[in-house]
Amino acid sequence: MSSEPLLRLENIEKRFGGLIVLHEQSFSVSAGEILGLVGPNGSGKTTTINVISGVLRANSGRILFEGKEIRNQPIFRIARLGINRSFQVPKCFRAMSARENIEVAATFGAHAPVDVDAILDEIGLLRHAGEPAGSLTVNQQKMLDLGRALATNPRLLLIDEIGAGLNPSELGAIAALLKSLAARGIALIVVEHLLEFLNRITDRVIVLGAGRMLFEGSLAEASRHPDVVAAFIGG
Amino acid sequence: MRNATGGTRYAVAVLATLAVAFVALPQVYGNQSVLFTMMTYMALAQGLNLVYGFTGYLPFGYVGFFGTGAYACSILVTFTGLPVLLCVIGGGLAALLIGLILGPLLRLSGAYFSIANLAASQIIYYVVSNEALKPLTGGPYGIKIDQVFAPTASYAAMLVVLLLTTALAAYFRLSRFGLGLRAMHQNPISAAVAGVNIVRARLVVWLVSATVAGLIGGVYAWNLSVFYPDAVFTLEISVFAIVFALFGGVGTVIGPLLGAGLLYTFYAAIGVSTPQYFQLLYGSLIVFLVLFLPNGLVSLLVRRKLHVL
Ligand SMILES: Nc1ncnc2c1ncn2[C@@H]1O[C@H](COP(=O)(O)OP(=O)(O)O)[C@@H](O)[C@H]1O
Ligand SMILES: [Mg+2]
Repeated sequence: MSSEPLLRLENIEKRFGGLIVLHEQSFSVSAGEILGLVGPNGSGKTTTINVISGVLRANSGRILFEGKEIRNQPIFRIARLGINRSFQVPKCFRAMSARENIEVAATFGAHAPVDVDAILDEIGLLRHAGEPAGSLTVNQQKMLDLGRALATNPRLLLIDEIGAGLNPSELGAIAALLKSLAARGIALIVVEHLLEFLNRITDRVIVLGAGRMLFEGSLAEASRHPDVVAAFIGG
Repeated sequence: MRNATGGTRYAVAVLATLAVAFVALPQVYGNQSVLFTMMTYMALAQGLNLVYGFTGYLPFGYVGFFGTGAYACSILVTFTGLPVLLCVIGGGLAALLIGLILGPLLRLSGAYFSIANLAASQIIYYVVSNEALKPLTGGPYGIKIDQVFAPTASYAAMLVVLLLTTALAAYFRLSRFGLGLRAMHQNPISAAVAGVNIVRARLVVWLVSATVAGLIGGVYAWNLSVFYPDAVFTLEISVFAIVFALFGGVGTVIGPLLGAGLLYTFYAAIGVSTPQYFQLLYGSLIVFLVLFLPNGLVSLLVRRKLHVL
């Protein structure tokens, strides 16, 4: 493994009109690492993922992937470079079958041939492969969204609140899946409200509050940090 | 895709049926010009379907490409003496050029795109029909290329353009490129995240659709050989193409063909002799369509679990 991080954000700022949603964000993630991203609603977690995946353009700062600036690249090119993401509200191709959803990403986003069945199996949808995505349950659509991301063979995966609405056994399965992805060398940024879930998969988190990085370190320390406590309590 | 070979066979069958039908029909039905116009509308509905059915962008000004092709072809015939088929291709290229110039319109969404495209077609119309351009386009007095008048050859050419357009629709349905189009149509952001170059895909479809309309216009001009600007720029042409395509079912290969074939037959049967009844029936039909068959005639086939290309 190289010492250079896979992804590095340097002073990323994102504004919507006059509202600054991300202030000077700087952090990095290495291959095989899981980074948790936590913070109250509206603190900029989804925006961070949008900016890295190219869905939104940052106003200033640099985003380096393997040392290469990607900040102004179009979404599809960032995907082909090996960065992919799931959506907080899953965005499937609803009229296409689960298998076709995976096939789109395997066809356009991956450099090497992808085993579509293996991915359907991994996300627990092999038995539903022929069903239209729109007829799947919300939780299944979340898994399909993750599968679509996996089918591009990503080296960096951004996961936006996949845990919400899952039962404990589903959470256990997804935690195991995310850990196995990291063990394969994929870097993950996991946005999550369920701290207990996050605690199971990583000990490195960044806490955002109103678009600022309040804290970086382990979850246990985070809960004792005064800024973090204030942000969550609304101080 | 898994069904590619079955789909390809289906496409070949559709193309063969079209070819046989329009080769045979003049033997049993004497009015070749009605058949020619029917093919023109089938091709226009199919060409419009390429962009509307596969990307969701509704080009109200589609007639602009048709008129551009008609005029570019006629101007080439008048001033270059090139073989008429090359002039027709020139009509397609002129429409392609207009499509490139209008490419930035694709950044607009929904009604804004449609209205801007409509305005663009009207600008082309006013330029072409302007008195000042009389030496080139004939201005409001129209253009005449009767030195190349050839009803049978132009009939054959229109059939070829119709087959080409239909083959393109089949390609959009069945190919890898088409898989990306379907994804983009359903959710452009997800498609981009899945690796689809959505900006390029949309532009390619737009340019293909524009070029096809230019070719149709070129052959149409050749067939008429004398026409006024209104004849190839009237908005009625856009409206017919849209209604025919919707009536059959957009986003499919056979929908626009069925829609244009049936509605144009209907129009030829009663619309010319008793236009008032036609208007009435036509209006009722549109209302019926919107209320009961929003996905067109082909949805009746889909409901019966028949495979629709
Ligand atoms: N497209 C947008 N336009 C304007 N404001 C936005 C947009 N997206 C997010 N915001 C604002 O940015 C802030 C951060 O939002 P978000 O990143 O979604 O938060 P989180 O995911 O942490 O809940 C919120 O104040 C939100 O209202
Ligand atoms: Mg969020």
